[in-house]
Formats: sequence, structure tokens, C-alpha cells
Amino acid sequence: MSEHNHETHEPVPYRTFILIWVALIILTGVTIAVSRVDLKELNIWVALGVASFKSSLVLFFFMHLRQESRLFRVGLLILLVILAIFLGLTFVDVLYR
Amino acid sequence: MSIEHRDDTGARFGMWLFLYTEVILFSGLFILYAVALMKYPEQYSQASHKLNIYFGSINTVVLLTSSLTVALAISAIQMKRIKQCLTLCWVTVALAIVFLINKYFEWSAEISHGIYPGSETLAEMGAGVTSFFNLYYFTAGLHGLHVFIGATLIAVVAIMTAKGKVTSERYTLLENSALYWHLVDLVWIFVFPLYYLIL
Amino acid sequence: MSETTSTYTGFWKESPRSGILGWLLSTDHKRIGIMYLGCIVTMFLVGVCLGLAIRLELIAPGETIMGAQTYNATFTVHGVIMIFLFIIPSIPAAFGNLILPIQIGARDVSFPKLNLLSWYCYVVGAILAVFAIFSGGGAPDTGWTFYVPFSTQTTTNVNLALMAAFMLGFSSILTGINFVTTIHRLRAEGMGWGRLPLFVWTLYATAWIQVLATPMLGITLVIVMFERVFGAGLFDAARGGDPILYQHLFWIYSHPAVYIMILPGMGVISEVIPTFARKPLFGYWAMALSSLAIAFAGSLVWAHHMYASGMSDFSILVFSLLTFIVAIPSAIKIFNWVSTLYKGSIELAPPMLHALAFIFNFAIGGLGGLALGAAASDIHLHDTTFVVGHFHYTMFGGTGFAFFAALHYWLPKFTGRMYNHKWATIAWGILFVGFNVTYMSMQAVGIQGMPRRYYDYLPEFQPLNLVATVGSWVLAVGLLIMFVNLWQGMRNGRPVGKNPWGSATLEWDVPSPPPMENFGEEDPVVTKGPYEFKGVVADEY
Ligand code: HEM
Ligand SMILES: [Cu+2]
Repeated sequence: MSEHNHETHEPVPYRTFILIWVALIILTGVTIAVSRVDLKELNIWVALGVASFKSSLVLFFFMHLRQESRLFRVGLLILLVILAIFLGLTFVDVLYR
Repeated sequence: MSIEHRDDTGARFGMWLFLYTEVILFSGLFILYAVALMKYPEQYSQASHKLNIYFGSINTVVLLTSSLTVALAISAIQMKRIKQCLTLCWVTVALAIVFLINKYFEWSAEISHGIYPGSETLAEMGAGVTSFFNLYYFTAGLHGLHVFIGATLIAVVAIMTAKGKVTSERYTLLENSALYWHLVDLVWIFVFPLYYLIL
Repeated sequence: MSETTSTYTGFWKESPRSGILGWLLSTDHKRIGIMYLGCIVTMFLVGVCLGLAIRLELIAPGETIMGAQTYNATFTVHGVIMIFLFIIPSIPAAFGNLILPIQIGARDVSFPKLNLLSWYCYVVGAILAVFAIFSGGGAPDTGWTFYVPFSTQTTTNVNLALMAAFMLGFSSILTGINFVTTIHRLRAEGMGWGRLPLFVWTLYATAWIQVLATPMLGITLVIVMFERVFGAGLFDAARGGDPILYQHLFWIYSHPAVYIMILPGMGVISEVIPTFARKPLFGYWAMALSSLAIAFAGSLVWAHHMYASGMSDFSILVFSLLTFIVAIPSAIKIFNWVSTLYKGSIELAPPMLHALAFIFNFAIGGLGGLALGAAASDIHLHDTTFVVGHFHYTMFGGTGFAFFAALHYWLPKFTGRMYNHKWATIAWGILFVGFNVTYMSMQAVGIQGMPRRYYDYLPEFQPLNLVATVGSWVLAVGLLIMFVNLWQGMRNGRPVGKNPWGSATLEWDVPSPPPMENFGEEDPVVTKGPYEFKGVVADEY
């Protein structure tokens, strides 16, 4: 067992977090605005796209993923792949019924 | 006699694993949503218009802000600003309570219109609308439960910080509670457009 | 070594707290492992009794010892107990806890308190499950799969059973989180990924499935509870729901769950076979990576349980193809075990006999699985006793026998005593014969068309059912002898040294039973692989 198991991260400056928060609020505004415009099928994809972008801001900054080791990111990737499989293969049934 | 092995990174990694399980938990509901949306696009938009977009938007801002405050709390404790950290934690808890109060008013209004799972009004509105509201109540309810748990966690950690059990040397508990709180936020980032904003 | 005289008791007596609380509040992985083992074996025996009752009812057409409703309840409770309380936690929670930390040279798991919590979740789940039988509207009668719409309508005590399964899922998740973290963070110096024993590799793959699949069961069960309480209709077609989606969500968990059941069993076999063939395992990396491949591919095939459900024809095609792919890594494992045996100096000790039985049974079960994975034959075989035979071959004949192999292999390590080999061998023989007679007959009568989950059947199915029931008695006798012999051995057997089998993994380097902290003052440093037998000598006993 390694001695130095509590590597600490540099504190993230308040400024960074506040900027991210501003971005998140703006993006919320964007989703609401876009949702009032009729883009047919596209609406849902725009909404999901913005939401995913917002999520990655939260993940990488608020949740410190940027500072964590590769293991954490690989884990997240595994999760996303699994989610895609669950959703995608369910649709292999639903779409062709 | 037990040998202290402290592993903060391990503890955080364990928390991330737990968050994965939470994501999968909610993903089941999103799968149901996706299938139903495909099946009943018109009814879903019709039903979505019955939700109060103001409540939804305000709650979004509330949650995003609470995510900010708890993230700041970690920076604060790292910089040994315990007082600030405590304030930020309590603000987070307060915002969580605001969220829940909003939710309460929102739901009361809807229920008073006869819209709740298993109601007759709902049944008359047709299969698609029923499905929308069933999923809405279930997802928002489960999310609300998570808000409650997360706020409790942060309150407990705040008390421990005040008592000096969580310190700027040892604050994994705060980090992990914050991670949980961000997850609550993440879920809502998807719930909001999917339920409130269908045109 | 003086430590291994009969007065030495290792972690059984050393503890900060004495008495029963020293166990109930212990966060030591060995004590938690032992507590798990005790509960799991108890639940197994309860499940066996119910299984015997089912078989007894089926000895002749018509009502023999119970009516339809009781029968439905019996197979439901049998299934719930065997799946959630026995087979899923069996090897990971009991032997994983006992062995994993020692095998990687750690003093405990990453989160000892969560580990204890997971045991309590298990206990609460077990109590709820038992409570469900005796309270409210009567024992649940849905089958362990809780299919809608029946599960949302029946007046029996389904809610409690669902809560039990939910708690047990939570317990399983906690174990999974613990193991993934432990394997990443607590390996001893020199214990690189290429030196992990294969048991650890399989537990690692299993733990990922536990983390990523179990929550899907959680949400599904909660939705069914929600349905029962509020009558919302999330799975009701008339109210915009979709009953087939229930099956999707359920099997998204429950197919990967069969790999939670089998992978650790495969890990046990990969430990036992090299030891008793005295040869390094053939194809270490193929074995390690095929575990991960099984875990991954296992998440792609769930809808092969649903060919007859009314899902789309195209998806039947896709899932059928994917199912055949998942057979490949399992086959790799079988070939590697057999290649390890080839030209080995084989010693037919009891653990080895169970391991060989595993290979035999699992091969039959696996090949039967292909017949079910092919959509054309499945339409005929679906919901017949062929399916029941198939999954008993994999779960009982596979994981069950791996569990028995693990008992015979590792119990001497943890009790410091050896059981009687002659009786163990006799028990194994009876068990093996009884097992095959029972389930081979069930498979055969299934091919003839006998449906599962009925207390009654047509007269032409009588002969094979009679054989199966008699087989189940033989099976029960084998189990009885085996457990009595193990119990006797644990209490009065001859003391054993550190390494009775001459194995090369780390747990055989510590005294039997291991001391509280597993290793002495110094943390262990690993300098060789898990199957390098050169220079390893077995201790006499
Ligand atoms: C002495 C041992 C056992 C006997 C005699 C036995 C017998 C049976 C029989 C006859 C059925 C079919 C009920 C029906 O379809 O009408 C059944 C179902 C089942 N058994 Fe066993 N079994 C035994 C051990 C096990 C073990 C060890 C496991 C798991 C590891 C297991 C898991 C199951 C499951 C999951 C079902 C399906 C229940 C359902 O349909 O919901 N059984 N068993
Ligand atoms: Cu399957």
C-alpha cells in the first residue's frame, strides 16, 4: 500500500466556479428560448445537446473531474457506453414493432 | 489495533461509482420516457404545456446556484476559510429547501386540477397525457427524494465541520456530499427540458 | 510453524470486541465473510427444502401435496431465495470478502464500514423476504420475475417481496463498489494487474456488473411498487404504458445478473484447477480478458428472454445474434481449463472433483443456452421445463458446484481444519448423480412440451417427472452428507498448516486461520505470479 494516498488538489479559484455558473445560467436561457421556436424533430435534440453540454460543465468543473486521474474518466466513459447500449438496444425493439 | 490506511482518492472513486448507480437508476425512467415520447409526440407536447414553466425555470436556477455554492464550499475549506465554507454549505441547504417548497406549490396546484397518478381527470385526457404525467410525477418525486437526502447530507457535514470533525486537512466527506449534490443537479438538467420545455 | 497448532485461532478470537458484538459490529472482511457464509448457506438450505417440495408435488399428475396457489407461492419463494439470497451473493459476498483482500495483499477492503452495511442490508432483505411469506395477503405468487400485469394486480404480498429484492440489490451494489475500489487502490506492492489471481479478475468484472446493472432492477421494482400503491399505469397499455418495457427493464438487469452469478464461480474454478493439476493456468490473459469480455457482452443480450413476448421480429434477430457472440468468451474459458488439465499431474481431491463437475454441468447448461438463444428453437422451448433444467445446469450445476468447490478448497484455510476426504468424495458422487438425473429428466420432459410453473401436467409426462423427483432425493442425500461432513471437519478435523493444497496464491502464505490483520507487521511484497508452483510445497495434514 502506498504511503501517500491522500494527494490533494489545488483549490479551484472562486472566479472559475462563478464563471461556470454564469455559463450554466446562460445556457438555461438558451434552452428555454430555443424550445419556444418550432424546429420540429430538432427541438428535442437541441434540448438534449444543451443539457449534455451543461452536464459536462458540471462534471468537469464543479465535480472536479478535470483534476482527477484517468481512472475516473474511464469510469465515466464506461457508464456512458452502457447507457447508450441500454437505450439503443431497447429501441432496436421499439422502433421496429 | 487496526492500521489506519487513509485513501482519499479511493473514497472519492467509491463515491463516483455510487453516482454511476444513481445515473442508471434514473436512466430506467428516461428509457420509459423516450419510448413514450416517440409513441405519443402530440400528447406529450400537449401535456408539457400544462406544466408551469416558471416554476421549472426558477427551480433550475435555484439548483444551479446551489451547485455553485457547494462547489465554492470545497474551495473555501481547501483555503482554510472554515467560516465561509460553513456559510456556503448552509446556503446550499437553504436553496434545497427553496426548491422543495417550490415543488410543493407546483404539485399542489396540479393536484388541485385533478392531475395526479391514477386520477380520473387524467384518464379522460387520454393515454399519452396519462403516461406523461405518470412519468413526470415519478421522476420528479424520485428527484425530490434525492434533493432531500442530499440536503440532509450537506447539513450533517456542515455540523461536522463546525465541530471540527471535517477540517481543511480532511474533507473527503464534504467532497463526497458535494458530488452527490451535483448529481442531483445533473439529473434536473435533463428533467427540466424534457418535461417542461416540449413545444 | 508453532502458530498452526490446534490452540491457534486467528481472527476467530482476536478482536477488539469480544462476544457476539465482536461479530455483529465487526468491520473485518473475514468476519463479515463468515457471517455472509452462514446466512447464505442457511438460505440455501431453506431454498432446497422448497425445491424438494416442488419436485414432490410434481411426482404425479394432479394435486399431490399442494394446490395450485400454494404451488405458485412455493416456486416463487424458491426462486426469490435461490436467486437473490443464495446465488447472487454466494461467491462474491461470502468468498469474495474472505479471500479477495488477502489475495491482493491488503489488510481489508476499501470501505470496511460499507461492507458491514451491505451485510445488514442482506439481513434486512432476508427478513423481509421471509416476512412476505407469512404476512398480509399470503406468499407472493408471481414467480421470481415479477412480470406485469400480474404482479401489479395480484393481492398476495408482492410489495414486501419487492422491497426485499430492492434491499438485496442495494447490498449487492455496495459489495460491487467496495470490490472495484479495493482492486484499484489496495493491491500490495508488486501485485500488478498481470499477477492478479483469476478469482480477483472475475470478481472485478462481476463488481462492475453489480454497479452498473443492479440499479436498473432497483428502479423497475420501485415502479412496480408505485403501480401497486397508486395504480398509475406505467406498464399498462390502456394508460399509455407498455408491459413489454417492464420485461426490457427487468432483463437489462437480470441477464447481466446471470454473469454476476457465474463469473465468480468461474474464478473459483480457475484457482482450483491449476492447483490440483500442478500446472500454471493455460492462457492467463485470455482468461482475464474473457472475464471482462463476458461482463461487457453480457450487457448486450438481455432480450433473448423475450422472444415470445411480442417484441419486434427485427430485434429477435439482433438479440439472437448477440447471444451467440457471448458464448465465445465462455467457451474460451472451458477450453483453457481443459488445456490446463492436459498433461497435468492431476490430484482428485474434493475441490477438484467439484471443479470437474462444474465443467461438465456448465458445458451442458451452456450448450442448452444456445438452443434457447436461437429464436427458432426457443419459440418451442420457451417456458417449458427445458428452461428450468437449463438454468439449474448453469446456476446450480455451475455456480452451485463452484460454491461447493470453494467450500472444500478454502474452508480449511479459514477454520484451520480438514474435513474427511472419503466422505467428501462419496457426497460429491451422490450429488453429481442426483443432480444430473433430476435436471436431465426435466430438460427431456421440457422438450416433449411440459410447461413450467404448473402444479399439474398431462399423464404422458409422468415417467420422466417421477425420475426427476427421485433424482431430487438422491441430490438431497448428497447435499446432506456434504454439509454434515464439512461441519464435522470444521469442528473436529485434523489441523492443517498454511498451505494444505500446495497452492501459489497469497492467501496460502498466511497462517490458517488468518490473523486479524492478515499479514504481520510488514506489508507483503509480491514477487511472483499466482500460478508459479515451482518451490511451493504442500503441508502435510
Ligand atoms: C434441491 C435443489 C433444487 C430443486 C429440487 C429445485 C427444483 C426446482 C423446480 C422443480 C423448479 C420449477 C418450478 C416450476 O417451474 O413449476 C424450480 C424453479 C427454480 N429454481 Fe430450483 N431447485 C433446486 C435448487 C435450485 C438452485 C440451487 C437454484 C439457484 C441457484 C434454483 C433456482 C430456481 C429458480 C430461479 C427457479 C424459477 C422459479 C420461478 O419460476 O419463478 N433452484 N426449482
Ligand atoms: Cu439471459
